[in-house]
Amino acid sequence: MAPTVALRLTNVVKRFGNFTALHGIDLDIQDGEFLTIVGPSGSGKTTMVRLLVGMDEPSEGTIHLNGELINDVPANKRPTCMVFQSLALFPHRTVGQNIEFPLKIRGVSAQERRERAHELLALLHLPADYYGKNVMQCSGGERQRVALARALAFDPEILFFDEPLSALDYRLRKTLEKELKDLHRRTGKTFVYITHSLEEAMVMSDRIAIMKEGRIAQIGTADEIYSAPRTRFVAEFMGEVNLFPVTSAPDGTLAARDGSLAIAGTAPGLAPGSQATLMIRPEFIRFLGEGDTADCVAEGTVRDEFALGSRLQYEVDLADGRTVTVEKLREDRFPGAIGDSVRLGWDLGHVHFIPEAEES
Amino acid sequence: MERMEQRQGFLSALPVGLLLAAIFVAPLLVVFLFSFMPARVFTLAHMPSFENYRYFVEQGYYLSLFRSLGMAAAATVLLFIVSYPLAYGMAKVFGKFTLVITVGVVVSLFVSENIRLFGWVLTLMKGGMLLGTLKAWTGLELESWLYDVPIIIFGLVYAYFPFMLFPLAQGIAMVPDEVRLAASDLGASRTRIFLEIDLPLAMPGIVVGGLLSFVLAAGAMAESKLLGGQQVIVMADEVETAFTYGQNWPLGSALSVILIAIIGGLAFFALRRIDLDRIMGRKA
Repeated sequence: MAPTVALRLTNVVKRFGNFTALHGIDLDIQDGEFLTIVGPSGSGKTTMVRLLVGMDEPSEGTIHLNGELINDVPANKRPTCMVFQSLALFPHRTVGQNIEFPLKIRGVSAQERRERAHELLALLHLPADYYGKNVMQCSGGERQRVALARALAFDPEILFFDEPLSALDYRLRKTLEKELKDLHRRTGKTFVYITHSLEEAMVMSDRIAIMKEGRIAQIGTADEIYSAPRTRFVAEFMGEVNLFPVTSAPDGTLAARDGSLAIAGTAPGLAPGSQATLMIRPEFIRFLGEGDTADCVAEGTVRDEFALGSRLQYEVDLADGRTVTVEKLREDRFPGAIGDSVRLGWDLGHVHFIPEAEES
Repeated sequence: MERMEQRQGFLSALPVGLLLAAIFVAPLLVVFLFSFMPARVFTLAHMPSFENYRYFVEQGYYLSLFRSLGMAAAATVLLFIVSYPLAYGMAKVFGKFTLVITVGVVVSLFVSENIRLFGWVLTLMKGGMLLGTLKAWTGLELESWLYDVPIIIFGLVYAYFPFMLFPLAQGIAMVPDEVRLAASDLGASRTRIFLEIDLPLAMPGIVVGGLLSFVLAAGAMAESKLLGGQQVIVMADEVETAFTYGQNWPLGSALSVILIAIIGGLAFFALRRIDLDRIMGRKA
């Protein structure tokens, strides 16, 4: 069964005076998926969520929810709901009253509201006696759960999140990320999550949309974006990366334009005679021993070693001043010392080429 | 260590405390004691009695009290209705322009209240600015609105506008925008948001503004004297008359005590309510 589109954006443009915040966004959000929109601040992701939720209208283009045009339908008339960064809980109400609010507006009976609120408390691992507790007395993590319960009580077609975890400490954030993913699976709802943190996006999402300067730079699964970024920006945004400018000769052989690299082999995907950027992730680079060979080889000096928990990261200076980042598991650590000369090698199978034309 | 700090705090508060006791509490105490003296005496060396309180009921002074409280209540409600949109604008919409409004409203306080009220008398009196001009231009002759209850209430609303406006704006500023947005996102209509989010969260400002306006309006005299032209007698008039023309300090004291008790009780009740709300916010 082909997935159905829950929300479709067609050529959506948003301008504020002379400033264009969104340049013709096309995006399909599938029913039931967990989509994360990631981008640095100023990339337009907040503008985007405001349009999606109904707090703002697009200047151009259309937004369809389940096939229905909803461009100018205000937030309170849309069957979608958002969890705010500040959570926006009602501070003068109890946990129970907060959760029941959307039900009360719909005119659900007190008895039914109470039952639903208790179901949601259980779903979010909150004790039943929190029902009568004032929200302002709950801890940060508990408030997150109350905000989620309130949004779920609304029973939205799509649930939006505007960086709700950003104010929490690291460990609690990690726990809640996993809970959120679990909740997505159990409820089967469409989740759209906005964040500037790629880590958050990678842990939770089915698909990730990366935004830059009011455009979607790339959209796909975490694996797709990680291993085959379309632009330099995406490559660098998705973690540590090493980039080398290369030219493909008419016969298909490759050469590093700055001579920093010896490449043996051809790149089948690359048009002969074109220029591209060779991308290699730090974990695919090996330290070559005496007599070892690889498709790509570079020589340099180990400048530094950093401990990243389970892995170690090395900075290696090449002769031309370029720095290469290498990551190894602890058992594969560099046998020599800092300052030693080293030969680095990797295979073309792990390399991804970013065409020069699309580079930005 | 903490005890010493407490001691130092107590000692440094002592001079101000004594001063307040001497110039604020002591006169009130004298008034309180005088209210139990027989009529028309000028010392406290008499047998206490409830004579003055009996007068209050028998001589119909309670009618003036009701008039005062009623007009104050009406003025407070009107003040709330009139101020709310402007206060909302000042807190949420106008941005820097709020300062202009603040200065404008405050500047009006630089002119004495009596003079401003006289201005209204000149504007509204028969043959005055408004009706006189109307007559000269159209030949139409209307009765003046002066010297009646509605115009006094108007005067109270006019005079105590800042006392409602500023606390109200402060209260509304305390309502987080995202909470309002969230309520809307969850399907709440504007009316619903106003009733369930704005009003309860702005309540401290509303209570303080309402209390200030009510207390001041209930004890006000200038509005009824100038705009009411002695046609409408309020409690403060009665107190003044008893102390001056009547030369009846005990009666004046009793009337004062009644007014203070009612207004003080109300203030206590209202302030306890906002305090209670806060305590409820912390209750498990």
